[in-house]
Amino acid sequence: MTLHRSHVLVCSGSNCALHSSSFVKDRLTLEISQAGLGDEIRVLETGCFGLCAQGPIMVVYPEGIHYCKVGLEDIGEIVQEHLLKGRIVNRLLFKGTSDKNWMTKDDFDFYRKQERVVLRNAGVIDPENIEESLVRGGYAAFGKALSEMTPSQVIQEITDSGLQGRGGAGFPTGRKWQFTQEAAGDKKYVVCNADEGEPGTSKDRLILEGDPHTIIEGMLIAGYAIGATQGFVYIRGEYLLSIERLQKAINQAREFGLLGKGILGSDFEFDLEIRSGAGAYVCGEETALLNSIEGKRGEPRFKPPYPAVRGLWQKPTLINNVETLANIGPIIQNGSDWFRQIGTPECPGTKVFTLSGNICNSGLIEVPMGMTLREIIYDIGGGIPDGHQFKMAQTGGTSGGCISADLLDVPMDIPSLAKAGTALGSGALLVVDDRHCVVDLAKTFLRFFAHESCGQCTPCREGTTVLLRLMNKLASGKGDAQDITNLQRLSTTMQQASLCGLGQTAPLPILSALTFFADEFHAHLEGQGCPAGVCG
Amino acid sequence: MNTVKEIVAEHGHESSRLLEMLRCLQSPTNYLSEEAIVGVAKELNVPISHVYGVASFYSMYSTKPRGKYIIRFCESAPCHIEGAAEVLEAVQDQLQIAVNETTTDGKFSLELTSCLGVCGVAPAMMVNSTVYGNLTPEKAKKILAATE
Amino acid sequence: MDLFQVTIDGQIVNVAPGTTILQAAEDAGVKIPTLCHHPDQQVKAACRVCVVEVEGSRVMQPACAYPVYNGMVVHTNTMAVREVRRTVLELLLTHHPQDCLQCERNLHCELQTLTQEAGIRQVEFPQELRNLPVDESSGAVARDPNKCINCRRCIEACGELQGVDILASINRGYDTVVGTGLNKSLADLACVLCGQCIQACPVGALREVDHTQQVWDALNDPDVHVVVQTAPAVRVALGEELGYPVGSGVTKKMTAALRRLGFDKVFDTDFTADLTIMEEGSELLDRIKNGGTLPMITSCSPGWIKYMEHYYPDMLDHLSTCKSPQQMFGALAKTFYPQTQGMDPSKIFVVSVMPCTAKKYEANRPEMRASGYQDVDVVLTTRELVHMIKQAGLNITALPDEEFDDPLGLSTGAGVIFGSTGGVMEAALRTVYEIVTGDELPSLDFEVVRGLEGTKRASVELIIPEAAADGEVGTSLQVNVAVASSLSEAKKLIELVKTGQEEIHFIEIMCCPGGCIGGGGQPRPTTNQTRTARMNAIYREDAGMPIRKSHENPAVASLYADFLGSPLGSVSHKLLHTHYTKRKVY
Repeated sequence: MTLHRSHVLVCSGSNCALHSSSFVKDRLTLEISQAGLGDEIRVLETGCFGLCAQGPIMVVYPEGIHYCKVGLEDIGEIVQEHLLKGRIVNRLLFKGTSDKNWMTKDDFDFYRKQERVVLRNAGVIDPENIEESLVRGGYAAFGKALSEMTPSQVIQEITDSGLQGRGGAGFPTGRKWQFTQEAAGDKKYVVCNADEGEPGTSKDRLILEGDPHTIIEGMLIAGYAIGATQGFVYIRGEYLLSIERLQKAINQAREFGLLGKGILGSDFEFDLEIRSGAGAYVCGEETALLNSIEGKRGEPRFKPPYPAVRGLWQKPTLINNVETLANIGPIIQNGSDWFRQIGTPECPGTKVFTLSGNICNSGLIEVPMGMTLREIIYDIGGGIPDGHQFKMAQTGGTSGGCISADLLDVPMDIPSLAKAGTALGSGALLVVDDRHCVVDLAKTFLRFFAHESCGQCTPCREGTTVLLRLMNKLASGKGDAQDITNLQRLSTTMQQASLCGLGQTAPLPILSALTFFADEFHAHLEGQGCPAGVCG
Repeated sequence: MNTVKEIVAEHGHESSRLLEMLRCLQSPTNYLSEEAIVGVAKELNVPISHVYGVASFYSMYSTKPRGKYIIRFCESAPCHIEGAAEVLEAVQDQLQIAVNETTTDGKFSLELTSCLGVCGVAPAMMVNSTVYGNLTPEKAKKILAATE
Repeated sequence: MDLFQVTIDGQIVNVAPGTTILQAAEDAGVKIPTLCHHPDQQVKAACRVCVVEVEGSRVMQPACAYPVYNGMVVHTNTMAVREVRRTVLELLLTHHPQDCLQCERNLHCELQTLTQEAGIRQVEFPQELRNLPVDESSGAVARDPNKCINCRRCIEACGELQGVDILASINRGYDTVVGTGLNKSLADLACVLCGQCIQACPVGALREVDHTQQVWDALNDPDVHVVVQTAPAVRVALGEELGYPVGSGVTKKMTAALRRLGFDKVFDTDFTADLTIMEEGSELLDRIKNGGTLPMITSCSPGWIKYMEHYYPDMLDHLSTCKSPQQMFGALAKTFYPQTQGMDPSKIFVVSVMPCTAKKYEANRPEMRASGYQDVDVVLTTRELVHMIKQAGLNITALPDEEFDDPLGLSTGAGVIFGSTGGVMEAALRTVYEIVTGDELPSLDFEVVRGLEGTKRASVELIIPEAAADGEVGTSLQVNVAVASSLSEAKKLIELVKTGQEEIHFIEIMCCPGGCIGGGGQPRPTTNQTRTARMNAIYREDAGMPIRKSHENPAVASLYADFLGSPLGSVSHKLLHTHYTKRKVY
């Protein structure tokens, strides 16, 4: 490797890419070489840093200076001032909540309270170069599992870690692995669920774009543990960059003998194939995803039998979410005891949250399980912008509950949120300020579900649309008390009688909103109009 | 342009790869013609109803002709909070079409999509494979005007 | 095997592992309402009408799908369960036209029954109908997707059972509905019009194209001489909707009712079934002797014929050239019959009553005009005849027993069993054996080809005396036969023929499971249970007939003597045989 005086990391995650980060990088490279610094300074494209609201972001090492909202017109100054003369360009530094300019990671509240396990490499390595992953310990855990551990020991370690699925349902990962290992079958599969469709969630995209090798490694370990030789990664069709990056990573892993036959000189064989979706949120449901991989309509299957027993092509299949798989390497490498030190006793580890809505630092963060909602919104997220007041947070995505300010101190972990009447889900966190109307938002949630219901079972197929009709009626000021009763009755039926998680959880935002914002719903009835002045 | 035969052969005649085949078949014209659907069914030796059932399930496929550019507009909650409704109105106004319609010149089709996963820069939309974020009504109009 | 102890509404039942809650509840005397569930089909768990509370489960579970475990405690009749079921039904009704009084399924509709049982008097959710076009293009099977409740039973009938997969779920979400490829109408698809989808449908979304009015018009026209023929399977199913238990043979009540409806002559398709045996048996022997295409496959079932034309167009020479009994009848009814009566054939109107929807299509085929007219004018299903009998106010239980008319009404037991899978084969064997060997059969009952099993095989050894050399008994000819019903079973057999893996001489195929007794035009419900009962009734009719072999039917003998000449002769060739057309799937 050539030694360079400085490295400049330019974020190339989807959000920054939207801010023309690739043009920024090209211009930077050009101006550096024009300044005769081509041999001294290396420009790298990395995955997301997380602070998407401030993109495009650029970090200059070894100082670790973060420049935010860097435009093409700023490049010349960075090269001339910082890279040539060593003078920091103050005007491009992030203005924090205090008066002080924040220069390095340590200055940022945004980073300081985070603990990066699954995002350990995102924004640090060039995701398109396997060597950078290897330097940072990539595939070491897989090597350890393969050479030092039996499959059962691997599963035991995962079970002991207390890791729970990060896709939304929170099922203990170790038990899922064990069921699949124990299931009889001549062929077994590992499937990575990267059909990230939960509105307000982009954690899986970030991991795939920032550190694709961690997913390959997690699947390799899973394949070794359960006895599978083939894996599939199902990525939603809209995630073009994720598909491209992961495919490059798979190709490189094959070249390095990490996929294919006789991996690392052993007799272990495992390969991966990417399958991509074509626009169906329901395919995030694991059995719908299996049908989609098989080239069918993405309709969920009735369980039991579970995929661990009869999954892809009726063979035992392990399905894990991207974030879950990104935890596997570190757990195997550092041990379950290490993992259990993070987070809470019931919910060990970290969680990646996607912050969106009325919040200063919208973007992606990773924090220990159990951090309070208040800490996340105010300490990391920088609070509500433009002097508005917090009104409501929706956790877990559109299928999660809506909670009011009374619950700001709820710990963000699976049992605490369930007790509060909402869900951790995929880790989406939508913050809503006082300018918005709950009834209007409920319409948005329901439009989404009506569009995304697969149409197989009655409660969800008909119920999502009927709920939307009832909500439209309420929003238009024509509703009566009976409509609210019917809304509740229908919601309960959908929760109780729908075939899959989509229909069972779709009413949660409605029921929780009815609980926490009952007055606002009733105000719409009584002909007083919309208190927030949103509904027409 | 590849023929149906070639596309199905490229995917090893594997019916499980139907979604990819349909994507390839759709890419030149942005929609799946009757010939494409019947053709792929015939080559795979599967029922036409199966292929049509799949094509009509996934929202990225269309069995009706669509414009050269497909606008996939996100109206999920995070975008809604950031003013997606006004932007959508501006887009409809500019193109003089409603959602799920195509402009008379065949240039644009407007569709709603589920979350594009770029909530950090909400509101957002995709025009064919390009994603645009931090939209305002003016910015969206400019983007469409500049799309050639 | 250790039984599981399950508590259902406080009552303990012991059931085998693998039992569903629905089955266990039946043991406990509890009937759980179902809609997408069908006794002969796979579990769908889609309608969610059958949900129950299972202690320890976060959500309710569908009883039709959920397997019991030891110690399971189930509640099927709580306030919450009733409320949820009621809401699910109300949701279906928001989409479903409420024109029950005018609906063909009125009083026989599963959704209507469930709505009634749930005590729903008002749908509280906003309603919206679909306004989709009704498809009657095929002239046989009609589809009204507006009434579809997405139970998907028809999809399984069309796919798993018949293997044609014309129907599938299309679209997504609220717009999901059972449809066809590219939304094409049935007439433009490789649909065989068997009507098994109709048998699967719990509501009025699938039915036959109704032709009763054309029959009433003909009956009302004094210038028209209206004759009717009834297929063998009709007589063992008609009674189900007219006050008789399932599996009753009501032949003589049926003939009486047809006369009361105003038909000028009441004839029997069984007569031409016997005739078919004479022609088809001769054709088989001819093919064996002269090196014709073997195996020869029967051609009585029009759905089967259409299937071969679409899906195996290169194997049409395996099909017997014999027309079906319906069409042989039609050809004779407008040639031989008016000739003997001195009537103008243009004044004769031929009505068929069939257990079949594909027969409507068959009658309209351009080949079926050997008489110079359309041989069969209108085909009614068994269900349509029921409607006519009800419209006429006839209580058939009170009618006298009456016989068929001469000369096209005399038949044998062999003709009757045409209505059941294996029946054509058995009838053929009875005749072929005796014609070839010259010996009388020791027993007429070929049990091995009877029953609901999908595919059946038999070998019959025929000793041919005329070929015997001096001192020998005769030449032994082993005839291998096979019988299949339902197209999925037929396909397996045809694939074996195609690849030449098995030497078979003669194959009987009936398109519908169980044969015509389970046809698409039969009363609903048609399940394996009702099929078995009807089949038993068919064999009872056979056993009670004075003559049980086609070649012993005296009316058939005189028909040959007076009109046709000999089997496979030139008149037969013109009137009783046909040809087939290659068709496409894609």
